[in-house]
Amino acid sequence: MDTDRPTDPCAIDGKFAAPDEHAQLLVIGAGPAGLAAAIAAAEAGLSVVLVDENPVPAALMGLDVPLFYGQRMNPAVQEDARMVERIVAATPAIETAFDAGVDVRLGVTAWGTFANGAALNALPARVAGLADGTKCWMCGFDALILATGARDLVLGFEGIDQPGVMGARALHSLLARYDAFDGKRLVILGSGDLAATTALAALDRGLEVAALIEPLAEPQAAPHLVQALAARAVTILTGATIMRAAGNATGVTAAVVTAVGSDAPEYLDCDTICLAIGAVPAIELAGVLGCRLAFRGDLGGHVPVLSNDRATSVPGIFAAGDCAGLTDEDTSIAQGREAARHAAAWLQNPAPAPAGISAAPLPIGTDTTPYRMAWMRGLLASGGLQAPVCLCEDVNRAELLGIRPPRYLGCTSNKIAARDSSTLLKDGPLNPDQIKRLTRAGMGPCQGRRCREQIALLLADASGTAPSAIPLASYRAPVRPLPLSLLGEGASMQEGWDVWFGIRTQWIPYDAIGTAEEARLLEDGAGGNMHA
Amino acid sequence: MSAHVAIIGGGVTGLSAGWWLARAGHRVTVFERFIVGWEASGRNGGGATHYQSPLFHEEQRLWPLMDELLGYPTEYQRERIIINFTPEEEARYRHMGELTTAMGYTSEELDPQQLRELAPLAGNNALSARYNHFGGHANPQRTVQAYAWALQDHGGQILQHTAVDGFTTARGQVTGIVAGGTTHGCDAVVIAAGPQTASLLQHFDIDLPLASARAEMIVTEPLPLMPIGGVDGNGLYGRQTLRGNLAYGGGPHEWLDDSDYQQPARPSTPLLRDLARRLATMFPRAAHARVIRSWAGIIENTPDGRPVIDRLTSPSNVTVATMSSVGFGLSPATGRAIADLVTTGTCSFADISKLGIGRFAGLSADWREARGWVTAQ
Repeated sequence: MDTDRPTDPCAIDGKFAAPDEHAQLLVIGAGPAGLAAAIAAAEAGLSVVLVDENPVPAALMGLDVPLFYGQRMNPAVQEDARMVERIVAATPAIETAFDAGVDVRLGVTAWGTFANGAALNALPARVAGLADGTKCWMCGFDALILATGARDLVLGFEGIDQPGVMGARALHSLLARYDAFDGKRLVILGSGDLAATTALAALDRGLEVAALIEPLAEPQAAPHLVQALAARAVTILTGATIMRAAGNATGVTAAVVTAVGSDAPEYLDCDTICLAIGAVPAIELAGVLGCRLAFRGDLGGHVPVLSNDRATSVPGIFAAGDCAGLTDEDTSIAQGREAARHAAAWLQNPAPAPAGISAAPLPIGTDTTPYRMAWMRGLLASGGLQAPVCLCEDVNRAELLGIRPPRYLGCTSNKIAARDSSTLLKDGPLNPDQIKRLTRAGMGPCQGRRCREQIALLLADASGTAPSAIPLASYRAPVRPLPLSLLGEGASMQEGWDVWFGIRTQWIPYDAIGTAEEARLLEDGAGGNMHA
Repeated sequence: MSAHVAIIGGGVTGLSAGWWLARAGHRVTVFERFIVGWEASGRNGGGATHYQSPLFHEEQRLWPLMDELLGYPTEYQRERIIINFTPEEEARYRHMGELTTAMGYTSEELDPQQLRELAPLAGNNALSARYNHFGGHANPQRTVQAYAWALQDHGGQILQHTAVDGFTTARGQVTGIVAGGTTHGCDAVVIAAGPQTASLLQHFDIDLPLASARAEMIVTEPLPLMPIGGVDGNGLYGRQTLRGNLAYGGGPHEWLDDSDYQQPARPSTPLLRDLARRLATMFPRAAHARVIRSWAGIIENTPDGRPVIDRLTSPSNVTVATMSSVGFGLSPATGRAIADLVTTGTCSFADISKLGIGRFAGLSADWREARGWVTAQ
């Protein structure tokens, strides 16, 4: 570096502190893929840190982080130590990982991952932002394996914001992992493998299943699962959808269902309505890192584009398991091991990311999109336009498609009434990020986890576009909501901090430009920089 | 007489100029390579308080009228507070108060108790505050769309996803815009393309010295509304939105050598932790508020940090505007000034002669290196 080179004291150069710790290989997510990756990498001699945000604090579970828990946790989730014990007991591979020498950390959230790339050159190292309930720190890494799993697909209906409406992944987590489910009788939305296995798991735990609801004419699960449900006398209502969730102060009391397109209600008593229509790869960190993403209906949604060695488009960043495309547990484990092998090889010989990431592999499963769209249309046909889309910001379908400003602005001009998604479509393809800014749908504290797929399906339906062609609403760090005080703890940048660019001439009043007054103001520290 | 004006750049400056021209009866076509407001115009602090600008008075006059003039909401809110944490800050903003008082605006100093009445998220750590009974803030994204829609309501056209590749010229004038394989005829051109303004001027062999940089902001979950939402301090600028979110930025920027980032990626960095820490200090009663997002944007600066708003001598029907990283709040007035330059060659309501491109004649070729305004090495 040329030490004589002039520098801008207010620029970012050299201002990032060194990370608080460093991992040769960081693995994010301690599900089947992440554990398999961490164990294989440790056995291959790598120094491995494995973090998983679970158990998240009860308050965050209440915000549906990371899954759609729908307030159906029982008070057991408030006991942090018990929750950790439950995870370890339910996940034998965690002990294997400990024994293999992996630095396993539960209850540690990776809220951001950062690497130099397009429009960013200032980072001294690749880093992950980590936090537990009490502190926040940065962890540098040489290589990273993303194994962040999947989250619940949420499609809305009236009453969805009541306690007792939840996702299948959240239910599985509360049943099998935490033993902390607070319901007794379920209505399950969907009849595919996810819905069927959810129903069977619930029955095995002694819960009642009132019915599965299926908008298509036939049950969608594999024949052996349909038979297993029949053997246990579980009702599957086909050609049906949910109109709304009825409830009282404690939450859901019934699912109000109907034949698709009908408005004749049927009440199914239940305390829990479980959305088991599908799951979505959890790609927040891949998105924040700038990994190339592609929509793959056969993989459950947008996923990082991977080369044959499970590498993303960002050098040294690999992905395995559901976050790279929905798959089964055995395949996740195999992918985790594969990613570890390739990460180890990359660490030996860090090559840039392959320029031409290999051609997209053939579809590896059924395209999930038509089924999701069938659900969306069924919900629209029977639930109408007043049903909620964005729970955080209280935006309904009519407001989304009408591009309505939020209600609190009280804006009722004729001009705004004449604008909607069809007029916006004349300007170009609908973009969820643009519509988010105008309607606030997807702009709340849940960061779109509970609405982005529904928004994409609604915009696709309204514009006659394939859902695959609707752009992905952007992901931004922090990918989990963190308090200002926690996030900022330990941050220490001071020197050369300016409100704006620190260009002193920028704030000289116009009339003074070119006068003696300008020179005087520039001399005078108090007068030189007054950003307002 | 009605002219066909091509506007290059669908940010606030270009859209405002296009709206002023369209409402005056001119035919307007806006060329935008992404979506309106997709760059810094849609992601900034939303401030509307620029006492240093020759367009200040017009900025202050127009903002309270904008919702009605445009017909769409901008979320404009009046007044600003700057919290002083040190005697140096108190002196600096007292001086600003003197300057703006001399310009005919009212400003007062608040004690900590008065501050907390107007900005209840502030704490006991504030020394005093400057309360400006002028200025304000608006929602950048909503304002961008309001300009775009209002422009269309006056018959203007916006071509999104349409990058400009070049120009056709004849007899010292631009006669057409080449974009998307088509030449769009025009009588006059406005170039207000942010960081890309310099490369567009290269088509005319004109050197406009601009340097691009990336800057970052954070936003929290909603909090109860403060009586005054436009509060700055502790090295931060920003606002509380009408929804209640705190949206704040400040601190170091990263200079970028390449001004033409075709990829939409605008990455933020761990700098967001420093923004969080400063915001928690500025508003101790919001320290529990969760951060839910961060942004980055790319903005351009001239060597003196001041705008260029100028009509070229050759081609003589081209008007250029870069606001040098301070464009959003001034945009109602900037658009009007540009519309004046396009139609008459002179700004009718303010002297902007010191904002000409000619002031950079003789600037050394290595001006960026001399200032250290280059990418980190």
